[in-house]
Amino acid sequence: MDKQLYLSSSPHIHSGETTDKVMRLVIYALLPATLLAIYFFGLPALSTLLICTLGCIGFEALSCKLLKQPPTIADGSAALTGILLAFNLPPSIPWWIALLGAATAILIGKQIYGGLGYNPFNPALVARVVLLISFPVQMTRWTAPAPLASGIDAITAATPLGEMKTVVSLTGKLPELANSGFMDYFTGNMGGSLGEVSALALLLGGLFLIYKKVISWHIPVSFLGTVLVIGGIFWLVDPGRYPSPVFHLLTGGLLLGAFFMATDMVTSPVTYKGMLIFGFGCGLLTILIRLFGGYPEGVSFAILLMNAVTPLIDRTCRPKIYGQVAQQA
Amino acid sequence: MNLKSFAGGLHPPDSKHYSAGKAIERCPLPDELIIPAAQHIGAPAEICVAVGDQVKKGQQLAAAKGFVSVPVHASSSGEVIAVEPRLHPLGRPLPAVVIKPDGKDQWDTSLTGADPEQLEVAALKEMIRDAGIVGMGGATFPTHVKLSPPGEKQIDTLILNGVECEPFLTADHRLMLEESERIIDGIKILRKVLNLETAIIGIEANKPDAIEHLTTACVAHNIQVQPLKVQYPQGAEKQLIDACTGRQVPSGGLPMDCGVVVQNVGTCAAVSDAVRLGRPLVERIATVTGPGVVEPKNLLVAIGTPLQHLLDQCGGLTGDPAKIIMGGPMMGQTQLSLEVPAIRGTSGLLIFREEDLSLKNAGPCIRCGRCISVCPIHLQPTTIAAYARLDMVDEAKQQNALDCIECGCCTYICPAALPLVQSIRHIKGGIMAKRRKI
Amino acid sequence: MLAAVLSLGGIGLVAAVSLGVAAKKFAVEVDPRELAILEVLPGANCGACGAPGCSGYAKGVAEGKMAPNLCSPGGDETTEAIADILGIEAVTLDPQVAVVSCQGDNRKATSKYHYLGLQDCNAAQKLADGPKECPGGCLGLGSCERACPFGAIEMTSENLAVINRDKCTGCEKCVAACPRQVIRMTPRRATTHVLCNSHDKGAQIRKYCQIGCIGCHICKKTVPEAYVIEDFLAGVNYEHIENAAEAIDKCPTKCIRDFCSGYPEGSSFTPSRDDAA
Repeated sequence: MDKQLYLSSSPHIHSGETTDKVMRLVIYALLPATLLAIYFFGLPALSTLLICTLGCIGFEALSCKLLKQPPTIADGSAALTGILLAFNLPPSIPWWIALLGAATAILIGKQIYGGLGYNPFNPALVARVVLLISFPVQMTRWTAPAPLASGIDAITAATPLGEMKTVVSLTGKLPELANSGFMDYFTGNMGGSLGEVSALALLLGGLFLIYKKVISWHIPVSFLGTVLVIGGIFWLVDPGRYPSPVFHLLTGGLLLGAFFMATDMVTSPVTYKGMLIFGFGCGLLTILIRLFGGYPEGVSFAILLMNAVTPLIDRTCRPKIYGQVAQQA
Repeated sequence: MNLKSFAGGLHPPDSKHYSAGKAIERCPLPDELIIPAAQHIGAPAEICVAVGDQVKKGQQLAAAKGFVSVPVHASSSGEVIAVEPRLHPLGRPLPAVVIKPDGKDQWDTSLTGADPEQLEVAALKEMIRDAGIVGMGGATFPTHVKLSPPGEKQIDTLILNGVECEPFLTADHRLMLEESERIIDGIKILRKVLNLETAIIGIEANKPDAIEHLTTACVAHNIQVQPLKVQYPQGAEKQLIDACTGRQVPSGGLPMDCGVVVQNVGTCAAVSDAVRLGRPLVERIATVTGPGVVEPKNLLVAIGTPLQHLLDQCGGLTGDPAKIIMGGPMMGQTQLSLEVPAIRGTSGLLIFREEDLSLKNAGPCIRCGRCISVCPIHLQPTTIAAYARLDMVDEAKQQNALDCIECGCCTYICPAALPLVQSIRHIKGGIMAKRRKI
Repeated sequence: MLAAVLSLGGIGLVAAVSLGVAAKKFAVEVDPRELAILEVLPGANCGACGAPGCSGYAKGVAEGKMAPNLCSPGGDETTEAIADILGIEAVTLDPQVAVVSCQGDNRKATSKYHYLGLQDCNAAQKLADGPKECPGGCLGLGSCERACPFGAIEMTSENLAVINRDKCTGCEKCVAACPRQVIRMTPRRATTHVLCNSHDKGAQIRKYCQIGCIGCHICKKTVPEAYVIEDFLAGVNYEHIENAAEAIDKCPTKCIRDFCSGYPEGSSFTPSRDDAA
């Protein structure tokens, strides 16, 4: 017994859960969507992914060094932010915009608040919205999917949501694409942000996360449920003007947002009740922006706005503690 | 099986396979018994023997001091060779009587039992107190105090805690299997003292043999056996009451405030000995276990036996020990040395090697909310811990920090490896200190 | 155009009038001296005076309930300024600074166990009375550093707290934060201190610390009037500090330090200009 003993306060065993494990699992869950994105959008997608991921890791390492903080890149959160940022950009975005996005996400979205755990807003979404407002042209120049094998050069195309918004505002009627092509939307064969197109892959990843208990079902279910129900009500009222809820579900960044962006633990409520409210708020804002707002897509704005009220939700949703009822009685 | 439970909690690997199948074995006497005067919650007993005295097994070594206190007895016959501060499980030297056993292990002949049926309640309580009976689950709260609720409290239910939800520990499990008559006898005595009929034994479903055995044995005595879901901390007083009766102890209150008294099954067995045989609490069952022990066992241990001696009976260590834990892994206390004696609250001795420990440094909270979903009291551990780090006493109090039962679920589950319970314990100390000041 | 000017002007007028009325109606009488005193206080809200903050202290002084010389961050200057405002004679106190009476960092003092958990001295102290073998030594987990409102305390890389004499204002926050009473208040004029807090006997101390006071009396023999020894621990007699520094070289364990010649090993602080003067 020459070695010194360890003394600590109880408990003395640990579940083995770690922050980096959580981050790693989320990255695994994003793999199917990543692979499909590369399949559909080819090399530009790959390079955007690499620039964002490496950029985020690099900027985080740099800021830790400058702020004389211990390095934190090993926890995987910077890499995850990078992938999520890339997922939210048009696949063939100029490299410097992607890099600027990485800097915005890490420096302005996260490190400036004190790093992981202290940022009020989802860093990847902060970057996306900053880029969307600063570079509206580049950020909405979408490419049509051109599967690697097909050998076709990338051509520009609109997203289904963008197309719908334009047509509806011009004619007051839904375009044809709102009622057909659902199979393409489901697999991801449409124009859109790099990682948002394939509902199938995102759904797989999301269910994996719920199965692994990395995220709970509350936010995705209440987010998607709200969109379906409210979208459905509008559709029933006027199917000629408002698209079906399934169209809402499969297009745009809804699934990506519901499973991966809104569930970001740092910026979402901590209680189940709070998560349900948060998801509802995200869903409501998304549908309002999509149907009546200036932008065709509202997921990012909805989540960011709800991020802002997260502290308020947390404050109102304190669970009822054991024994409190009896005391009041 | 109809399994009851409470809301919250988690299920760590129970690791009971090390010792669950091992029958209770009597641990031989060591060369030296170190018997501390403080082995219970409340005022330490006052030592009433001197160096050179010959003592018999069961003879009083220290007298109770005040109501919330119990006497301490010799756990074998022999000579008092020292009365001095010795390293206590609390981590610092505290007054203790050191006995060199003479090997005869002779009981004090003046100790006589009685038929509980013939005795008044007051006399029973006195016997329980004089025998030094305390809560054997590890909390060591004097039993006679729990059995003396103020007149205005209506007590209608006695719950017996046979849950043993701490991983690794199997002492109560073995006791229920091997000594059910003593437990049942003790329950009958406690029922008489509390003047009530309903008695429920709560047992976690991972001990089906004990549930079956006690169910059969209890039929004739109108004692109910309640199987409970395997969920930590099922055996915490408040959670057990909730699971068994659906009642909740009011925040800041005691079980008696909702008409319930909870006793550990080991305490029941000790109560039976105290009344029927007049024998004080001088031995207990302790599980010696963990990956660091060669042959884990359930030992019947004389109070005051050094931990090293317990280990020797179990084939010693498998490697360099890194952590010595008295009690279970979730709520036990780490020890400075193996010279520390086993005391009344020693339900187990757990040895971990370096490779069994989780030595990750704490990171920032990622607000994953896991601590909130597992908290059996439904607190927000991470919020309280954040206030604790900033010494914001009033805010922590507002978050009901004082209701924390320190079960350890939040720290166990935290992916950022934050010492949440320790922070909460720290600020609870701050709240109490502030309360005393005002 | 005209409508815009009129409407904006109207809004401005209404707002101005209502503000003016509100200011008159809800005005609170404040003793002008209280405001003046608040002006000269340093505004650290440290609580060293006993009031909950600077405004509380200003009020207390203005009402004559508190003495004008209790602000240790402000020092003599503040005391005199307050005395001026009140028109009374200033009675200055002997200004104090906090000193960590320990030099037993990780290299020089041994520990009895590896501490895991909350990085807070008070929490560590609850586990078997702290990981340091020495019952009085600095635990080095930085509770005082976090308590200091002036950023005057640093933790060395070997986990020893060191207090910067230039930044310390004598508010005693660190004294309250330390579970082991390692930090003591000393007169600012004294620069020589015995940096040890263990009353154990010499033989015991040698087992766990290379730089602790062993109670050998050599300092007292060298400069009898400047040292007192109590329970095997030497201390400076702050009434007679003139020649205290002469004993420094004689001390066999080097536990006496003159802060004019430097801070303890591992500290980034440099001797104070005031001290040297």
